[in-house]
Amino acid sequence: MQNLHQNEIPHSSFLIHNYCVPLSISDVRRQFPFLEATPQPIYLDSAAMAQVPDAVLHAVQQWEHSLRSNVHRGMHDRAEASTIAYEAARSTVQKFLNAKHPDTIIFTKSCTEAINLVARSWGDAHLQQGDAVVLSILEHHSNIVPWLQLKERQGIDVLWVDIDDEGNLRYDQLEQHLHTGRVKLVAITALSNVLGCAPDTARIIDLAHQSGALVLLDAAQAIAHMPMDVQSIDCDFLAFSGHKLYAPTGVGVLYARKSILESMPPFLGGGMMIRNVTTEGFSPAELPATFEAGTPPIAQAIGLAAAMEWLNQYSWEAMQTHERNLLTQATTSLRQISGLQFLPQNSSFSIHHSPFGCLSFTLEGVHPHDLTEILGRQGIALRAGHHCCMPLHKRLGIPASTRLSVGIYNTKEELELCAKAIDTARQRLRG
Amino acid sequence: MDVYAENILDHYRHPRNKLIADSCQLSACSHTEENLSCGDTVTVHLAIENDRITKVSWDGTGCAISQAAMSMLSEELVGKSLDEVKELMPKSIYDMLGVPIGPRRVKCALLCLHVLKNALQKYEGKPPQSWAKTVCLN
Repeated sequence: MQNLHQNEIPHSSFLIHNYCVPLSISDVRRQFPFLEATPQPIYLDSAAMAQVPDAVLHAVQQWEHSLRSNVHRGMHDRAEASTIAYEAARSTVQKFLNAKHPDTIIFTKSCTEAINLVARSWGDAHLQQGDAVVLSILEHHSNIVPWLQLKERQGIDVLWVDIDDEGNLRYDQLEQHLHTGRVKLVAITALSNVLGCAPDTARIIDLAHQSGALVLLDAAQAIAHMPMDVQSIDCDFLAFSGHKLYAPTGVGVLYARKSILESMPPFLGGGMMIRNVTTEGFSPAELPATFEAGTPPIAQAIGLAAAMEWLNQYSWEAMQTHERNLLTQATTSLRQISGLQFLPQNSSFSIHHSPFGCLSFTLEGVHPHDLTEILGRQGIALRAGHHCCMPLHKRLGIPASTRLSVGIYNTKEELELCAKAIDTARQRLRG
Repeated sequence: MDVYAENILDHYRHPRNKLIADSCQLSACSHTEENLSCGDTVTVHLAIENDRITKVSWDGTGCAISQAAMSMLSEELVGKSLDEVKELMPKSIYDMLGVPIGPRRVKCALLCLHVLKNALQKYEGKPPQSWAKTVCLN
């Protein structure tokens, strides 16, 4: 069985631009205005919210200054320019995901809304009592609750795939579930927001498709750390948010296969999603408008496209190497701290076994909220709690953990300082 | 003043009236409350005679604030009448702690009050009060 932390993070040669600039972290840091604060923050919470570079802020500001107008509405110049910019953003997302058609890119307000869209629209239309949706114990609440709600509405079953003590997904359980012949969807994270492990999505998708089940990838974390080429991954749905990809809040994306989207009724009702409305009824618009009721997050979508274009000046290989080095530094430094235990508890992190994007830990006798509050006052941002993964924490037998997550702008020095601060806080709290 | 003042940390490291063993036999009333968002849990055991608290013990896990607050409160309860306990307000707890409690830590600080109030509710056969009621009492 593939080891959790030995997973090769996939990267492809796909780029929006066909050139890359070398990744210089000092150059990158100069482009992030949040680092201008004094004292300079040590921001290790990018898994919750990544910071934004100047390029994104400029793109949003330019739209606000020069183009601000509603899309697909007016005949005036601004309305047209705004519409063109919004649709160009869709094309950028399409290229970033290597999707075949721009129509398969639906802008939502968040990853959560994107998953809810699938559960409400596709789930209500196609699933019924006796059908099953498979989730893993790694899932974020946003990829759990919509399916539990569907269970309440339609009487479907939600089947769970556990992890083993090392944190590897129990693929044998997935196969058992699929063998029942009842599974219509496997909804799974492409990268855990707690353990930093990447399930073998190729294997999952292959197994699911052999059984006639579709696969939804929750790429909320993965989108910022590995290429998500939907054609080569061959997923059926993929959802993510902008704010974890160095983009504004309030925008998310749902990708789905065109044939599937065409089989789905509208989700939210309102303006833009209709072709015709009478006092008796309505007929929905075509893709993608049918799923974009109301004024969309225009500036945010343009900001998201700017973030993707900004990110694509660097190669995935360079970014992944940088982030892997950061977490290797983190595990090396944190390992020295007495009573610190990485999650899952039996995992044996080493230079050759490292998580991706984030790692979480417990510290004996120190509550995560105390630890992160003390570090927070020193300008070091870590996340404490269950990270919207209560079932996973229950599975691990702990109420809460502390998470350290990295972004493109972090440095090894920051991780060393963080580890020292954690040890000092531990000594202070434990006495 | 720092929320992690030495008196808070002292109670956190050396909690008073905290029993590891099952102490249900001493108590006329036991009750557990938790702060789900943090994972803080406190169980309080009260012995009550003639509408006065005669013995207190508790058990729990959680952050320094929640555990120190319960430890400190437990030292003040013996001899108090039920009416006096009912008059305890969030401000009583903040004054007792003597450190600034920001909005993020309100539930940590008031978990002791919440569990105590609901222990008495249970003792009197009444339904538990909500967090909102515990927090909003002024």
